[in-house]
Amino acid sequence: MASVLATSPSGALSRVPSVPVPYRVVRRCPETADSATLKLAPAGETLPPFVPGQFAMLCAFGIGEIPVSVAGLPVGEDALVHTVRTVGAVSDALYAMAPGATVGVRGPFGTGWDLGMAADRDVLVIAGGIGLAPLRPVVLDILGERERFGRLSVLIGARTPADLLYKLQTKVWSAAADVAVTVDRPAPGWSGSVGVVTRLLDRAVFRPANTVAYVCGPEPMIRATARQLVTRGVPARRIRVSLERNMRCGSAECGHCQLGPVLLCRDGPVIGWHRAEPLLTVPEL
Amino acid sequence: MKDVRRDAWVLRDDGLAALVRELARDGRQVIGPTVRDGAIVLAEVDDAAQLPHGWGVELAAGRYRLVRREDAMVFAHSAGPQSWKAYLHPQHVRRWTADRNAGGEWTVRGEDEREADAVPAYAFLGVRPCDLRAIAVQGRVLGGGPGADTAYRRRLDRTFIVAVECTDPGATCFCTSMGSGPAVDVHDRGYDLAMTELLDEGGHRFLIRAGSDAGAELLTRLPVEGAAPLTESAARHVVADAAERMGRSMPPVDLHALMAGSMAAERWDDVASRCLTCGNCTMVCPTCFCTTTEDVTDLTGDHAERWQRWDSCFDLDFSQLHGGPVRASGRSRYRQWLTHKLGTWHDQFGESGCVGCGRCIVWCPVGIDITEEAAALAEETGQPENRGSVQAAESVRHARQEGGGRR
Repeated sequence: MASVLATSPSGALSRVPSVPVPYRVVRRCPETADSATLKLAPAGETLPPFVPGQFAMLCAFGIGEIPVSVAGLPVGEDALVHTVRTVGAVSDALYAMAPGATVGVRGPFGTGWDLGMAADRDVLVIAGGIGLAPLRPVVLDILGERERFGRLSVLIGARTPADLLYKLQTKVWSAAADVAVTVDRPAPGWSGSVGVVTRLLDRAVFRPANTVAYVCGPEPMIRATARQLVTRGVPARRIRVSLERNMRCGSAECGHCQLGPVLLCRDGPVIGWHRAEPLLTVPEL
Repeated sequence: MKDVRRDAWVLRDDGLAALVRELARDGRQVIGPTVRDGAIVLAEVDDAAQLPHGWGVELAAGRYRLVRREDAMVFAHSAGPQSWKAYLHPQHVRRWTADRNAGGEWTVRGEDEREADAVPAYAFLGVRPCDLRAIAVQGRVLGGGPGADTAYRRRLDRTFIVAVECTDPGATCFCTSMGSGPAVDVHDRGYDLAMTELLDEGGHRFLIRAGSDAGAELLTRLPVEGAAPLTESAARHVVADAAERMGRSMPPVDLHALMAGSMAAERWDDVASRCLTCGNCTMVCPTCFCTTTEDVTDLTGDHAERWQRWDSCFDLDFSQLHGGPVRASGRSRYRQWLTHKLGTWHDQFGESGCVGCGRCIVWCPVGIDITEEAAALAEETGQPENRGSVQAAESVRHARQEGGGRR
């Protein structure tokens, strides 16, 4: 029996399906030595619309499925953009996909970044490594409606210059935003900042009490960054962090994504620091 | 005309055969307790003689022994190693299949409906109150909310449930302190028929009452007679007596608050020094619901299937992220299990994940006792006694007994 999926006249599914919906890779851009950005377009049915911060379960045929946040939602298209870094069997397969390949997609899952919170406020987008991927649509949305928001600072950290994502795009962003980049380990020819991403906060201009921060990266980076922001007077509730745990189902049924009381696939991945802080201070939670 | 929906009736012990026969006549696969491999195990029952007449169990931490009783009681044994989740939330389920053609296009077929419709309509015979609660608790996790259409809900909706109140709790039982037994909650809509087994000077018989229209209809086909007030009070008495003989109890504290305040407790190191992280407790727990998925292909590589199987938070892979498991230590994995069961389940699903059946105590190979661990945490962290929770449990019990009086 084929799964019964309600479809709207536009061809978009009205609910999240429990089976992967085939999408096709329509473009592949290598980002770094171990990451690539894939643009996916529906091969038939279209999933319900995603918002920035939400994630999809991406399935490589016969190999498995992993959660990947959306890294782009092209305006006026049904396409999904995902940046994938090779860290396991499924991400290896996705990374290696050429245009024309089919990916199974489920979603949208989880909470969004909540850009409404940032209206008329200064915005800090702070990313570590691949953590820039889920934040990319935040930057693009703000740049698309620049007048709705206050000052925009994009602070990017990476291990080495070769690990920086979206190098050309981030240069373009700097026309309308304060973009600062730092690396842990410089390479020959690197003339920019060296050190952890929190050091970029010293140079960022924002009104702490009237700022929203969107933060994604490795957990230690999130912890250090959010604590710095709190110290500087940004309310914990307006520090939005995107967290990561093992995920299997996306629908709060498999138990894998627990972080204490939080089921990250349902209550996250984006939550406020006021909720995340007590959870991220418990080792091995 | 008799009001089968409201009244209590009496089924003589030989009436169990008629009950099994009528359930089978309705096309149901009757699942009930049977004796096999030195344990009470759930299995298909096509004759009431297969039920464990005259068998009981002796339970202790890490110990389970089947024993001959001196009487012919059928349901005077507490929870066995399995629970009803084996049927409602099966261990291994195919979620979908997919085929890939030469052009690389996929055809995906969901399995939920096919799988749920392929299983027979069950009749569960002998569901204890703790397990009745467990079915409801799992349903609130896997049932997908009101009006949702999940495989769990479809299986449960097709199942006829005969609950049997507990009259002989085991030494590892603590349902009274979890408010989930030993009486069937008359306000619970989760059963079709509820029985109380009686064996006294009045003979061997079952007080039986309907909890649904389907149960009421079935009652009309059974050889029942009206229950005398004395029989009803005798049934209330044996269940109330069972509550007094409960082998264990949870410490009378707010367990949700206790777990939230115990994250850094030293007791976790103590229990981790004993825990083998084998996951037995999660397998036998009637509410543990966690699953993982595995994608497999045939030899051509062009036919793929996704299988869902039970998983355990004690498994290292359970929390695997790139770079390794989040919960690498035994301490953190036992803590995850206990704090979820007794604490964060409230945050996630609005209730406790523990029903007090005691299976995790019995089937732990090293005899770790959930009530003892909770008590140790309460002592270490100085969690105050919560008279409120004790009183709430008491009032639940009284309400049940009063409810019984209205039958």
